[in-house]
Amino acid sequence: MLEVKGLRAGYGAVEVLRGLDMAVSDGEIVAVLGANGVGKTTLNKVLSGVLPARQGEIRFGGMRLDGATPAAIVEAGLIHVPEGRRIFPNMNVRENLELGSYRRGRPRRAANLERVFETFPRLRERARQFAGTLSGGEQQMLAIGRGMMAEPRLLILDEPSLGLSPLLVEEMFTLIRRLNADGLPILLVEQNVVQSLEIATRGFILENGTFAMSGPAATLRDDPELRRIYLGL
Amino acid sequence: MSLLVAEGLSRRFGGLLAVDNASLTVPEGGLVGLIGPNGAGKTTLFSLLSGFLPPSAGRVTFAGTDVTAEVPHRRAALGMARTFQIVQPFAGLTVRENIAVGAYLRHAARSEATRLAEAVAAEVGLAPMLDAQASSLTVAGRKRLELARALATEPRLLLLDEVLAGLNPSEVRDIIPVIRAIRGRGVAILMIEHVMQAVMNLCDHVHVLAGGRMIAAGPPREVCADPMVVEAYLGHGAAARIAAGGTHA
Amino acid sequence: MKARDILPGLLVLALLALAPLVASNAALNFLLSSLIVALAAQGWNLLGGYAGQLSFGHAAFFGTGAYATAILQLRYGVNAWAGLAIGVALGALVGWMIGFLSFRARLRGSYFALVTLAFAEVLRILANAFDLTGGAAGLLIRMAPGAANLQFPSRATFLWLVLAIVAAVLLLTAWIAGGRMGARLVAVRENEDAARALGVDALRVKLGAIALSGGITAAAGCLYAQNFLYLDANIAYGTWISVEVLIACILGGSGTVLGPVIGALALHGAGEAAKIALNGIAGPVPGIDLMLFGALLILAVAFLPQGVMGGLRRAARGLAR
Repeated sequence: MLEVKGLRAGYGAVEVLRGLDMAVSDGEIVAVLGANGVGKTTLNKVLSGVLPARQGEIRFGGMRLDGATPAAIVEAGLIHVPEGRRIFPNMNVRENLELGSYRRGRPRRAANLERVFETFPRLRERARQFAGTLSGGEQQMLAIGRGMMAEPRLLILDEPSLGLSPLLVEEMFTLIRRLNADGLPILLVEQNVVQSLEIATRGFILENGTFAMSGPAATLRDDPELRRIYLGL
Repeated sequence: MSLLVAEGLSRRFGGLLAVDNASLTVPEGGLVGLIGPNGAGKTTLFSLLSGFLPPSAGRVTFAGTDVTAEVPHRRAALGMARTFQIVQPFAGLTVRENIAVGAYLRHAARSEATRLAEAVAAEVGLAPMLDAQASSLTVAGRKRLELARALATEPRLLLLDEVLAGLNPSEVRDIIPVIRAIRGRGVAILMIEHVMQAVMNLCDHVHVLAGGRMIAAGPPREVCADPMVVEAYLGHGAAARIAAGGTHA
Repeated sequence: MKARDILPGLLVLALLALAPLVASNAALNFLLSSLIVALAAQGWNLLGGYAGQLSFGHAAFFGTGAYATAILQLRYGVNAWAGLAIGVALGALVGWMIGFLSFRARLRGSYFALVTLAFAEVLRILANAFDLTGGAAGLLIRMAPGAANLQFPSRATFLWLVLAIVAAVLLLTAWIAGGRMGARLVAVRENEDAARALGVDALRVKLGAIALSGGITAAAGCLYAQNFLYLDANIAYGTWISVEVLIACILGGSGTVLGPVIGALALHGAGEAAKIALNGIAGPVPGIDLMLFGALLILAVAFLPQGVMGGLRRAARGLAR
């Protein structure tokens, strides 16, 4: 579904991504894990077209996407739910969701809105509330709901568990599993190693701009080196 | 001896009662945690304790003095320092200059303030970054900077608002000894946290705020086993992990 | 305060002090009015640059200084030097009052900027209306050349006086910037809440900044009055000076010691150059310098947001690496 080959990118004189290779197939949850500052957000920015790649290929459903504009990437169905929610605080929940289908999925907007409200009943309750007044967990749900409005063929989730209470983190991961069970491939970029590897099919560990480790999630979970570095065990 | 006493604090925003009759104490040199779901009112409670918001009802006493109506900079002078959840270093200044702003509270001379800033930087592990631009720090670095700035005011009590948010487990593991050492030299700490790894490892005592009210208080293990807390905040998966002795929620 | 901070500035001023040796009277006049604007900009810089409270109404202080010294000389026979001192004090007072009203009301950012503009405009309208300030006709300071009256037919002498005052404010700015007050100004600018949590009395810091700023810009107003010996409401309280000090600081580098001076000289220099060049080609084009100011502002904000001084600093850092 999504194929990345030899990806290089950076800011000014600093190269952050130094040649990444990875793939997400239909129906998978792929976790990209790593410490702060290793390039996880840079990777997402390149995938969604906000930051240009310096070298390498990105293929989505067979189509070349590197060099495409963010609008074209959204139209193709590669949807990015950014880190830190980034909801529009002075618009209400419904307006935020409707904006999700600005580029893609507009014809079926009403039906999609209904689907999102079914998935997130709390959002239906607060449909007319200003998004800025929602709690952190509700804002995260709103951000994901907004992403869903664009009828994604692949959903990139950037640190959805950031700043959430343990209960909400659990709910979030359950939700991610459910979305995937409905057939949506998900690229999960996270710091929460334990719970990410629990739901993922495969994982990649990003370190210093390259994938230091990769493989089936179950193997990674038991890797002693990983446990030492990332779980402090 | 109780350093900080909050009695029956409430704060109303129009029709919303964000904090409802909340009370807590922090003993001299204690390390107390404040946990609870998002939107429970924890940061509002912090704003009440640190003077950024006046309470609708209740009292705050610090080192025996009633500070309920005191403005933030006066509370800092009395020895209560606070960090913010969304870290904003003073852009355009170096790490050293950032920390010096805190140091200037009790030291008017530049040389003294700078010396204190350098000492505090060493304490939190930022010594190699002293001359770097604060805006070039990573998330983990910025959290340490936030901590250092508050420490430079030589407080008796530190209010830490999610100082560990956004850090991965190894970064959390690295900063825990720093916090412990700060407490070790006599500074009391009240921390809002979601990172259970830290709460279990550090706190003597934990208060749980949900829907604006205190629903539980006690030693960490006890609180994490409380069914109300599990229901409202932890979720069964995390509670099970904690009970099994692991410290990762 | 390190030598590095003030040496370049003092060097530039020293060079300018040599100007009378080579420049014509017209050129010296031009330099003089540029330096008076530079002084006014130094005032703005303390409030807008260091403290981050952008003012669109510094004319309020400029005009207060100018009118104060003019009225004191004309109506009360006060000596011009005393007039200068009182003008500065009044400028500081007006600053404090505007600050008290605005900052206590928690006005920040755009709201504060607009309120300062409003104050300046109100003063302009009042000055236009009342006899005390000469109404629409304005005030003419009696020509009485002599150092005792702060009137210098010799352009060189006046130039050196103004240079000395600019230099003094330069040193004052460097001294403030290097110490506790400077650190607190910047902290309030960058993140007022974080500063308050660290024990900074933000209100007191801002009031101090606006009072000092008002006093310095008022001094520029006084010197302007002494130079041209005529003022009316539009000269004293007109938006022209508010705009020029703002652009000068942004162009030169707001929040730096030397920025306002470099900016004012560059701004006026560019304006004059444009006038001269166009005069040769198409005859006099009124307002060409204003158009140029606008263009320079846009270019500065787009490409050199930290101004000339910021650009130089970045280049120096790049070279050091």
